[in-house]
Amino acid sequence: MTAVISIKSLNKTFRGSDGAQVQALEDINLDIVRGEFISLIGPSGCGKSTLLRMIADLIEPSSGTLTVNGKPAAQARKDRDYGFVFQSPTLYDWRTIIKNVELPLEIMKYSKEEREQRASEMLQLVELSDFHHKYPWQLSGGMQQRVSIARALAFQPNILLMDEPFGALDEMTRERMNNELLRIWTAIPDMTVVFVTHSIAEAVYLSDRVVVLSPRPGRLAEIIDVPLPRPRGPETRDLDEYFHLTSRVRHALRGGTMEMQKVKVID
Amino acid sequence: MVANAQKSPPSPALARAENPPADYSAVRRVLASLALLILLGLLWEGIKAFAESTNYSLPIGSGAIDLTVFNDQQLPHLGAIFNAFLQPAQRNGPPLLQELIGASAFTLQMALVGFALGGIIGFLLAVLFAHSRLMQGGCLPYVVASQTVPILAIAPMIVIWMGQAGLREWSIPVIAAYLTFFPVVIYTLRGLTAVPPTAMELMQSYAANRWEILTKLRLPNALPHIFTALKLSATASVVGAIIGELPSGFQQGLGIAILNFARSYTQSPERLWATIVMSGVVGIGFFIVIVLIERLVVRWRRPEES
Repeated sequence: MTAVISIKSLNKTFRGSDGAQVQALEDINLDIVRGEFISLIGPSGCGKSTLLRMIADLIEPSSGTLTVNGKPAAQARKDRDYGFVFQSPTLYDWRTIIKNVELPLEIMKYSKEEREQRASEMLQLVELSDFHHKYPWQLSGGMQQRVSIARALAFQPNILLMDEPFGALDEMTRERMNNELLRIWTAIPDMTVVFVTHSIAEAVYLSDRVVVLSPRPGRLAEIIDVPLPRPRGPETRDLDEYFHLTSRVRHALRGGTMEMQKVKVID
Repeated sequence: MVANAQKSPPSPALARAENPPADYSAVRRVLASLALLILLGLLWEGIKAFAESTNYSLPIGSGAIDLTVFNDQQLPHLGAIFNAFLQPAQRNGPPLLQELIGASAFTLQMALVGFALGGIIGFLLAVLFAHSRLMQGGCLPYVVASQTVPILAIAPMIVIWMGQAGLREWSIPVIAAYLTFFPVVIYTLRGLTAVPPTAMELMQSYAANRWEILTKLRLPNALPHIFTALKLSATASVVGAIIGELPSGFQQGLGIAILNFARSYTQSPERLWATIVMSGVVGIGFFIVIVLIERLVVRWRRPEES
């Protein structure tokens, strides 16, 4: 398996408001393989969104190397190798739904016919075919986020970067969106997803691997494999293995593996 | 992180989109402003009637307040103002209304050219400032300072300079533009730069160039702000044209009419009032035209916002 995203000894320091250097991320090493669904989870301020934005070349790392599709991240961005989904849908208010999905295609100089055809296909994929000519405010939050996923996939990148995309949705809508996302991911072969979340349930349910980050400075605390069978559905959440994995992630978030926690309890 | 996702369930949002409730707000607004107009008229005539009943002197304690400003020589009856429109202002001349319509046409034409000139200059400056912090930091203070200089002081100089340049007919529009470019710079700049951070990151993720960011993000984002500026500029351009006429030597417009009727105020105050009403109608008419254009252009907003 080749690494689609390869991160080596990555560090990021910010200058704080008082002028002092703040270490956001420290010595991150991570290889993400083709077709993998990987989640980054951690408490607020652990730098998980920063890490995602560095993969996207929206922020520059302070040191270390980061390659995407075997290229420097900056080149991958210029080659439009990834689609990005933000926490807020970030639809342009002045564009209709289909025009929002066409936005990246306009910038990438697709022909009018091709833009319309692809945008229609993408809206069909996220099951919003009846909404082409609505404006964003006419859609619910969940629907808006589905449009933003359609937009991110419209130019067929093989990497999807998602920054807490369902964080603002209620629990019911979020679970529905999780299934929707897994369906889309399965429908597109070899699609790699890097998914930032602060929901343990969501991370375990969706992912092949869950990367747990520790807070300030953000370090890789643990990488947990999720060998739950696919396709996953509502019944997955009832599996014993699912419960076991969510508690492993929870313990890793608290700082330490389960074994270490047990030792502490015995002490 | 901006979290502007809404949590509303899909059904009410869709119901709202497909069956918008009947919109009586426009009718209500017109009725409210009409009611206010009638109220102001009643107040006007009421004060006059009251002052007359006291014989223009209101005794308070040992002294009295002089109310002569409310007599017919100083504050005409509304009926007299209305009547003044129909009477000729000069012997054997056309009715005042016809004269004022001609004057309004001249002033409005000057205002429109000034509005366009100021709008284009303001817009281009804003685009320049949005792309260069250096230009913004260096020039914006002078743009602000330009508006602290009284237009009355600058207008005669503009007339002289434009006259020497052989562009005397442009002096009134240039004076109007001096007032109108300012709101356009300020509001457009705000609209171009107040872009949500993630909306900008989205463009960066597409490796969009400056031109694409300007045309597909900054400009549409600025449009509602630009229309706010144009509404301010529309009325300011009429004021600017009226002021600009005074030193310009052009006699056809509302400005000169105001000047002439102000001189003869004690003989016929209603003529000045009629001219003021006309100027107001021109300014408000221009404003309403901009509002209607805004409705056509900015179609994406929620109904409750507009």
